[in-house]
Amino acid sequence: MAKLLALTIIVIAIASAVPVVMHTWVAPADVSTHGRLIDEQMSETMIEAGVSFLAAQIILAIFIWKFSSLRSDGKMRTFPGGAKGLVIAAIVLVGAEVLALGVFGVKAWATVYFTPPSADAIPVQCQAGQFAFYFRYPGPDGKFGPLHPEMINEANQNLFGLDPEHDPDSRDDIVTAEMAIPVNKEIHLLMHAKDVSHSFYVPALRIHQDFVPGLDLSLHFTATKIGKYEIVCSQLCGLGHYSMRAYLNVMSREDFDDWLKKQAALQ
Amino acid sequence: MRTKLGYAAALAVLGATTIAFGGPSGGSISGKVTYEGTPARQKPIDMSKEPACAKEHPTPITTETVVTGPGNALLNVVVYISAGAPDDPPPAQPATVDQKGCQYLPHVIPMVVNQELKVVNDDPTSHNIHPLAKINNEWNKSQPPRTPPFIEKFAKPEFIPVKCNIHPWMHSSFAVLKNSHYAVSSGDGGFSLPNLPPGKYTITAWHESYGDQTQDVTISGNETKTVNFVFKAKPY
Repeated sequence: MAKLLALTIIVIAIASAVPVVMHTWVAPADVSTHGRLIDEQMSETMIEAGVSFLAAQIILAIFIWKFSSLRSDGKMRTFPGGAKGLVIAAIVLVGAEVLALGVFGVKAWATVYFTPPSADAIPVQCQAGQFAFYFRYPGPDGKFGPLHPEMINEANQNLFGLDPEHDPDSRDDIVTAEMAIPVNKEIHLLMHAKDVSHSFYVPALRIHQDFVPGLDLSLHFTATKIGKYEIVCSQLCGLGHYSMRAYLNVMSREDFDDWLKKQAALQ
Repeated sequence: MRTKLGYAAALAVLGATTIAFGGPSGGSISGKVTYEGTPARQKPIDMSKEPACAKEHPTPITTETVVTGPGNALLNVVVYISAGAPDDPPPAQPATVDQKGCQYLPHVIPMVVNQELKVVNDDPTSHNIHPLAKINNEWNKSQPPRTPPFIEKFAKPEFIPVKCNIHPWMHSSFAVLKNSHYAVSSGDGGFSLPNLPPGKYTITAWHESYGDQTQDVTISGNETKTVNFVFKAKPY
């Protein structure tokens, strides 16, 4: 029975490693400047975690196979230093692995989070609310008008709570349900949640950032390929979570300028 | 003697029939609802997150907080008798709100207290209708596609803003009224309240963005009175 268990462990471990090794489920092609670093880090992590996982399962199976027939009166060898030594060794080993992942991973992380956006990055505000994303562009004056949450009224599409009657900066703000950006141009994304936690996940951009109510978060990225990509909420946010999505439309500079003009006319 | 009785009976039946079917049943009030000033521009609604609904509107629909017609006509105004008429029992026919193309049809739904309200989902997507009632009980109900309509009722008079908890752009209003003497201003802003017995009435016109206005009207005999309402429009 114990030998069957050992074999089962080996079979499950190998079966779960096969799709990873064979690249059965691959991420969509990367269309960002920072994505390569993320992908490299991801595959380093997968290799390291995968080898550790397989090694641990195989050793476990060998031990079960070898020692399951030992009688209760048989002699058992112990780890040098006893249980205490074993725990210390495990902590050092696992700790070193986690630390190494962190140290090597910080390079990829820093490209998105620890460096400021360039001065001419295009600012786009993204508001997540149950159950839709909305985007705001500052318009020709380059300034976002102030937000008045008490004025949010979805019935008349005042989705951000703007007061154009009293705030001149708000008058040329452009609010859209689709996010369009020019290709090969850095975008400074300013994120805030209207109600609960949401997430801004664009697999093709290798960006996955939560919205946290009460926090203004920002990140920056550059898309490198024209196309239409899905933005999905990956943080369970309520009843309509499954339908919370928007589209990221990466365009040529000319198309983007035209699009922005058209959107401005619709405000 | 028999003949006289026969005549009397025939007259009585005739009289009753006249009252019940088609006799003149009182006066009426009609008029127009208009606005002055500049109403807020209605913004197009982008439904791209719900492709099934976006497909139904090749030209995007706009918000409906202020719907106007030619000649400064103001639509979707509920004109009703707020005082002077007795309360009516709920009509047997239900009022209906249809969710179609991620839009509430019609935009304003008048009904009498305790009248059945039939909620229909004609979309291939789920809706969650949420009347934001303050006086009546507040509720919200999910309605997946292809599920049968459900029935609800409101026990007290109230104007209730309605929203969909899944599609933030979907908005509507329920007008729960005490009697059946109501009308919603149509394409030219016109309305008509027929079958009013003689009496003194207070007529109220309610608009979801511009609030309400009242006028007192006295009806005598079968006369038709004209009552017009003018709302002040705001650009923001």
